[in-house]
Amino acid sequence: MVENRPGLTVLSHALLILGVLLIAFPLYVTFVASTHSLERIMQVPMPLLPGDRLVENYSQVLTGGTTTGSKAAVGRMLVNSTVMALAIPLGKITISIISAFAIVYFRFRLRMFFFWMIFITLMLPVEVRIIPTFKVIADLGMLNTYAGLTVPLIASATATFLFRQFFMTVPDELAEAARVDGAGPMRFFWDVLLPLSKTTMAALFVIQFIYGWNQYLWPLLITTDESMYTTVIGIKRMIVGSDAANEWNLIMATAILAMLPPALVVVLMQRWFVRGLVETEK
Amino acid sequence: MEKRVVFRSAWLPYALVAPQIAITIVFFFWPAMQAVWYSFQLQDAFGLKSQFVGLQNFANLFRDGNYLASFKVTAIFSVLVAFFGLAISLLLATMADRVLRGALAYKTLLIWPYAVAPAIAGVLWAFLFAPSIGIVTYVLKGFGVDWNWIINDNQALTLVVIASVWKQISYNFLFFLAGLQSIPRSLIEAAAIDGAGPTRRFWTVVFPLLSPTTFFLLVVNIVYAFFDTFGVIDATTQGGPAQATQILVYKVYHDGVKAADLGGSSAQSVILMFIVIALTVAQFRFIERRVQY
Repeated sequence: MVENRPGLTVLSHALLILGVLLIAFPLYVTFVASTHSLERIMQVPMPLLPGDRLVENYSQVLTGGTTTGSKAAVGRMLVNSTVMALAIPLGKITISIISAFAIVYFRFRLRMFFFWMIFITLMLPVEVRIIPTFKVIADLGMLNTYAGLTVPLIASATATFLFRQFFMTVPDELAEAARVDGAGPMRFFWDVLLPLSKTTMAALFVIQFIYGWNQYLWPLLITTDESMYTTVIGIKRMIVGSDAANEWNLIMATAILAMLPPALVVVLMQRWFVRGLVETEK
Repeated sequence: MEKRVVFRSAWLPYALVAPQIAITIVFFFWPAMQAVWYSFQLQDAFGLKSQFVGLQNFANLFRDGNYLASFKVTAIFSVLVAFFGLAISLLLATMADRVLRGALAYKTLLIWPYAVAPAIAGVLWAFLFAPSIGIVTYVLKGFGVDWNWIINDNQALTLVVIASVWKQISYNFLFFLAGLQSIPRSLIEAAAIDGAGPTRRFWTVVFPLLSPTTFFLLVVNIVYAFFDTFGVIDATTQGGPAQATQILVYKVYHDGVKAADLGGSSAQSVILMFIVIALTVAQFRFIERRVQY
């Protein structure tokens, strides 16, 4: 702060508090709605203090879904979301770190060609190749499978670039020393590069966990079997018609369950999260 | 930039890039080429036969009033999302950069919506604004506003803009805050000594120095509005009422998956690919500038 202006400081706090409240308002209403019976929610205006149906609503959705919309159990969906949120970052980190290693530490034919191939995937998001990608998955028999949900999403230009950028900053003396000591490339990779890359991997993991958990269009296309729904898709399937026909208390309980794991990751691993976010965009 | 020290092996580097390249070919290049191929084809109603029709699918698209309307909706939608998303988060970041007490608490409480999936953001706001039971609808009625986004197109667009901006504020906020914190204090102090007040300092010193971050975020927000808001729209308005919120990505999905118009949908995909390429190039140019700064 350059000078002391109490008025401006009060205004700053006031605006920040207003911002925090506006951001939190939908979350609060969602939580309140998830703790009431449907009849109470349907009263206009709905109550603004938590009710007494928290346990009933949450155990209902976890085991049985809604009664008017999808009846798929949210417990199963949470498992599916967790599989996606773990398999995607692990897969991405693995294939990206080895391809970055090859591109930085070897000279081979077609090296730049492969590099550009990976780069161009940035320009082909799922949204622009919806139908043909669906057909490929269908032809490979990967509809309604975990492989279909995760494998197509693990190719990553950003992760490869991030590791490449990091490897470029690793001093050449390390590789030289390893070679003098008779260590082969894979030995150098395991014992030197991998331990050095830990922070980069952690930052990427946090960002990709959220990315995997929040996938929407992809699971929407390739899951038709209820047992393969992810939580985000499950919510959409619970909404069946006009606003009064839905069991909003149960939908809101599912929304809380769907938001909780990634939100906890962001808040508890804030340092890695901010780092990952800023670095993957460079 | 190249490494001086390299390893030698005839097969190892190929094995190392193989998984990434295999996935890239099977799930990125092959489908993208098929999209281009289908965009030149016309299928009969049963999908049994198809014939090569050249650019006819594209010509049809640009004669189709719905498609042109979708362009307009996308333009309005992305301008609104980018403008409000940037303005609100810049205001909050400027305030968060000023305060000493509680800075970390404010930051934590402002960044968590990043973790919310766009589709869930849509569901949350759709519930708040639900025509018959929504709490915000109830308050608006008290002010004499009749709110029903299911039949009113402007209100539907407002709803999806609010949900999309709400989700994106946290991202913009973090980047603006990082940008503000990297501005040298000495410049701001010099301006203060010369007698510039906080508002003047902001517009003549801080805002120009922040412009690389702003440009970068502008591109990111437009990309977000074009593609990532699919979930918001599918979970709330589904492009309605009467295509008032049908952005380009949603139309590709709708025409391809629901209306099963393979050629038309693929032609739209190809046009979208060109848009992505343009945006990616823009993004990289701005990032280069940002690094220099």
